[in-house]
Amino acid sequence: MIEGLMIGLGAAFSLQNLLMVIAGCLIGTFIGMLPGLGPMSIIAIMIPVAITIGDPSAALILLAGVYYGAIFGGSTSSILLNAPGVAGTVATSFDGYPLARKGMAGKALTIAAISSFAGGTIGAILLMVFAPMLSTVALLFHSAEYFALMVVGLSAIAAFAGTGNVAKAILMTVLGLIMATVGEGALFNMPRFTMGLMDLQSGFSFITLAMAMFALPEAIFLVLNPARSAQSGGDAGKITGLRVSREEARKIVPVISRQSIQGFFIGVLPGAGATIASFLGYAVERNIASKEEQEEFGHGSIKGLAAPETANNAACTGSFVPLLTLGIPGSGTTAILLGALIALNVTPGPRLMIDDPQIFWAVIISMYIGNLVLLILNLPLIPYIAKVLAIPRNYLIPFILFFTLMGSYIGQNNSTELLILVGMGVGATILKFADYPLAPLLIGFILGSMLEDNFSRSMQLYDGIGFVLDRPMTLGLLVIAALLVVIPSYRARRARARQQGVAEGD
Amino acid sequence: MTFEFTRRTVMAAAAAAMTLGSSAMAGGNQVLDSIHFLIPGGAGGGWDGTARGTGEALTNAGLVGTASYENMSGGGGGVAIGYLIENAESNYGTLMVNSTPIVIRSLTGVFPHNFRDLTLVAGTIGDYAALVVSADSPLNSMADLLAAYDADPSGTAIGGGSVPGGMDHLVAAMVMEAAGKDALGVKYIPYDAGGKAMAALLSGEIKALSTGFSEAVALAQAGEVKILGVTADERVDAYADAPTMVEQGIDTTFVNWRGFFGAPGLPADKLAAYQEAIAKMYDTPEWEAVRARNGWVNIHNPGDDFKAFLEDQEKVIGDLMRKLGFL
Repeated sequence: MIEGLMIGLGAAFSLQNLLMVIAGCLIGTFIGMLPGLGPMSIIAIMIPVAITIGDPSAALILLAGVYYGAIFGGSTSSILLNAPGVAGTVATSFDGYPLARKGMAGKALTIAAISSFAGGTIGAILLMVFAPMLSTVALLFHSAEYFALMVVGLSAIAAFAGTGNVAKAILMTVLGLIMATVGEGALFNMPRFTMGLMDLQSGFSFITLAMAMFALPEAIFLVLNPARSAQSGGDAGKITGLRVSREEARKIVPVISRQSIQGFFIGVLPGAGATIASFLGYAVERNIASKEEQEEFGHGSIKGLAAPETANNAACTGSFVPLLTLGIPGSGTTAILLGALIALNVTPGPRLMIDDPQIFWAVIISMYIGNLVLLILNLPLIPYIAKVLAIPRNYLIPFILFFTLMGSYIGQNNSTELLILVGMGVGATILKFADYPLAPLLIGFILGSMLEDNFSRSMQLYDGIGFVLDRPMTLGLLVIAALLVVIPSYRARRARARQQGVAEGD
Repeated sequence: MTFEFTRRTVMAAAAAAMTLGSSAMAGGNQVLDSIHFLIPGGAGGGWDGTARGTGEALTNAGLVGTASYENMSGGGGGVAIGYLIENAESNYGTLMVNSTPIVIRSLTGVFPHNFRDLTLVAGTIGDYAALVVSADSPLNSMADLLAAYDADPSGTAIGGGSVPGGMDHLVAAMVMEAAGKDALGVKYIPYDAGGKAMAALLSGEIKALSTGFSEAVALAQAGEVKILGVTADERVDAYADAPTMVEQGIDTTFVNWRGFFGAPGLPADKLAAYQEAIAKMYDTPEWEAVRARNGWVNIHNPGDDFKAFLEDQEKVIGDLMRKLGFL
């Protein structure tokens, strides 16, 4: 392993490769900030460039830079504009955006950068040490377990309902699940609920829904509520507290270390990936936080920001395990990377480490370097990026609207998306006024199709519901999911009962 | 100031993205000034790769001056087809890429049009289909798979990366049908991406996988899967160890083609120019580089050959789908 490490280091630290990684990180960060262009499309755009380079190590280093840059850039729009461009950064906006609204945008971006860096780096170490062993773990999960894992993810939604109205959160989750059924699923060759509209045939697009649920209502809210916008505009303009204090660091260090590991292992499963990792990371950290810290979640908790940011980066690194050791892409982005590797005459699989050790190590080293360069490049830029929020509201709102509309158009090149976006955005704004949480809807939508696909696959394979009892791991996960729902509501009821008891005692 | 900075970056990025595909090269053998490629799916998919690879080869070889690309996803490709038909006259400079699903999806009525509503330019490349099992599977030939199916039809699930009634399912059904089994009895498990289907095969969730031959070859060379049969007429040079279905007594062949279509009413001289550029492309080293990089098989079917091929495929697939109850 040490020998491989040296080969990789030797390959990575040439002048050419360092320039590659810097270029990749910059391109990735800036394009990634635009909602609508996630890592997948940016890498797809960069592949011809990478292939022209010819040298596989250099090309991979460039692409890894772009990949990490895009993930980091995506968190930026989540935090500053409440506009998550990829599903993996939805959870980042839960606490990142409230922090930015409180005038702590700089701090939020710093924490995001550090968490991403830590998640990516620890993930890379785990990848280096465990990759060969983990290839078998990646194959332990069948459709039944994926189904159960999605149920756990959905139950974790209780995390966002904890303080608010549980019934409302469940209602919104169900609405999200219903919206996920629109279009052609993986399991039916007939489109459902499209009302004969061809534009709905592929279902609602994630990016349109994310913009409609988060960014658009926020912008409309600011227009409708000038008092609030004036006041918060003043706050946000200050951008105080860029530095993370020692006490804050003490708070997030355990979160980062837990989530690096948890996120990495979730990422190893092909088909789970960064999105599930970020949701579960957020839910787990919220559940184990102390009572008063729990209250902060959703209102600008630095733990709530660090958890998903660490987990999604660690999961991205984890997704390289099935890619490099089995040649199986677990996500859309790794599928594109697989295409790039094959185009560079590298065939990932069990023989990669034996036949082309320099490539294998170059990939891993490129991850370290990508993460490190990203941190070095971005930390000095954060004060400038955060100043976006210092723009007076009357200029910022059109700016948000522009990026929202562009984001939903750019992926599909379809103007109907804009109509859907505006229609749903108005609906979401009404729901927001009625105090319905919008995050559960989006989570239901994201998990809905995976939940359904894996459930019906299992039903087909086992000719019925038998898989729940046949597969111990499925049963175990489902029990965890049930506990996630039951325990908080039991606790809440007992607390209420005790309060009543005290009242009666008086 | 920051605003300026961001905006400039956006524009620079946009400009960079635009210049990527259009490295024009002045050549003496230029056939066309420009081609606009219409891609009915998103960036990074098979259609996208085919259009961009073809455009790259055509421009680098100097056959075409510049190439531009437009992704228009939606409706399983139906949005782009509808657009090309409705705006035919302003799209004589446009070539749309498509593949076997245009036949399948027009049969199932996913979109109201079919290939006859467009001008057929040429089928350019193809990929055979294959049935594979994991390397440690006890099954070693199609005969073994058929025996396992006879013994336990419900336990012998075959997976694929397409919806029921989609290409991977039809290939599996076609093979079982040709082997004298009841295609309706085959338990087909759909996955939403080829990679996930492959993971399911290796994890033992499904017994066999119906997939594209070029994907199968990559994994067979890595020692992860065994190819039980390929749907080609004869063994394919890229991996001659893989036996054909035909030589195992299963009389069936299948090609997943990819090719290009023009707007309806495309003037004859335009059509001829497109076909000439594509025909000349096959002899260029630039195309060979793109083809080899992607593992594509040259299957050139210009104009009327393309029509005959598509009509034949439509009939075979239509019969099978009727039998399976999808029509």
